[in-house]
Amino acid sequence: MDYAAGMPLDPRVFKAMKPYFTENYGNPSSAHSFGANAKNALMKSRERVACLVGAEKPEEVIFTSGGTESNNLAIKGVAYRNKEKGNHIITTTIEHMSVINICKHLQKQGFEISYLPVGKEGMVDPERVKDEIHDKTVMISVMYANGEIGTIQSIEEIGRIAHESQVYFHVDAVAAAGKIPINVDGEHIDLLSVSSNDMYGPKGVGALYIRKGTRIQPVIQGGGQERGVRSGTENIPGIVGMGRAAEIAKEEMAAEGKRLSQLRDKLIMGVLETIERSYLNGHPTERLPNNANLRFSYIEGESLILGLDMLGIQVSSGSACTSKTLEPSHVLLAIGLAHEEAHGSLVFTMGKQNSEEDVDYVLETLPGVVKRLRAISPLTPKEMLR
Amino acid sequence: MYSKKVMDHFMNPRNMGEIPDADGVGTVGNPVCGDLMSVYIKVKDNRLEDVKFKTFGCGAAIATSSMITELAKGKTIEDALEITRKDVADSLDGLPPVKMHCSNLAADALHAAIEDYRKKKEAEK
Repeated sequence: MDYAAGMPLDPRVFKAMKPYFTENYGNPSSAHSFGANAKNALMKSRERVACLVGAEKPEEVIFTSGGTESNNLAIKGVAYRNKEKGNHIITTTIEHMSVINICKHLQKQGFEISYLPVGKEGMVDPERVKDEIHDKTVMISVMYANGEIGTIQSIEEIGRIAHESQVYFHVDAVAAAGKIPINVDGEHIDLLSVSSNDMYGPKGVGALYIRKGTRIQPVIQGGGQERGVRSGTENIPGIVGMGRAAEIAKEEMAAEGKRLSQLRDKLIMGVLETIERSYLNGHPTERLPNNANLRFSYIEGESLILGLDMLGIQVSSGSACTSKTLEPSHVLLAIGLAHEEAHGSLVFTMGKQNSEEDVDYVLETLPGVVKRLRAISPLTPKEMLR
Repeated sequence: MYSKKVMDHFMNPRNMGEIPDADGVGTVGNPVCGDLMSVYIKVKDNRLEDVKFKTFGCGAAIATSSMITELAKGKTIEDALEITRKDVADSLDGLPPVKMHCSNLAADALHAAIEDYRKKKEAEK
């Protein structure tokens, strides 16, 4: 139950990609029929991704190498291009590390960045966003949903505020795209980052929706592909895969979302009922259908992961021990958890291959793992061990 | 990521628990960092007659605490003080590099327990 870390490729996606490795290996820039074939595939994929995010014109979708590049292009591209207008960007403390590190990078170059705090449930207050805007503000960047705590933001409201103030609105939708409906027009989004491998597509492909008329400059210079915004020979097999993944996601989103949210709620309720001193991190209702982030007092996340792994359950944690930096998750700290609480958090992200039996199995085994670790922990109150 | 021995000590920790009338207790680490260990010792005729532990932390933290109790039990105070972090890691067939510093605190906890024992004895005089 660790889909956020890596998703399997949908076999239908693989099937769509296959011919573009060996048979249709043309370059869309070529004038001959081979090139036309590739160009056609590129166009179709663009339409499919545009359709997934509610974009009116397919040409507003630019393919990249993934979510990280899309975020780089969106934020740096707009910041650099609109320097004469201002140097202020508003973002939040729970963004993906790519957004946070891009902003830190810009800060070193003289940009002013506001990192807005979030509430206990991980929500950004749109009024705070409004208050933060000043005459030098060029961009607001808020994620659609957080992949770790699952919280979905009030995107439409923030979008309206951005547009009223004539500030560009970028949304990192990597964790949300393909799982919940997105409508860039209705939600006043100017730039939207999506990634293929977060919707059962291949790794190494992503896209950035750029509303027509947005002033942006490329971060990768070269031969002028993708309307000059993103140079480099197009990764046709990958892009075809992403297009197919977007198409499938669009078709199956409603049914799969319903199925997963039922599993999610069963898991959350089951854990909270059977394990004392367990808590839900993130928002109780405004939450990704496949995400359950749970916290257990007195024990540490990595040991929980190991204990569950021995029983065949794979999950993730906000603990420092599982991160490269040895720091607990910045998202969990941002929602106000103490370090030791962040250490004891587990993230379940479910997907197509999870069934109700999986949830039942977790509910059967997790209490035992928690109990065993609590018995070992010196922090557990004695009366709980009886 | 972990050796078989680490996993064995994590899944079946040896000498887990407290010693209510311990002669010395050593606690190191900090829940903020994600690792907290307590080692309890019972001393008889200058030997560690019993050693137990309680640990909050990752798999490596639990395994190293379990291992230190096995290494220290039955040893004289002097010999127990010779046990190093490296000895603990080696006895577990190694630890991942990132865990060598943050979670390999068991030897420190043991030494702290012996220190505590010595202080108490000093106070009795």
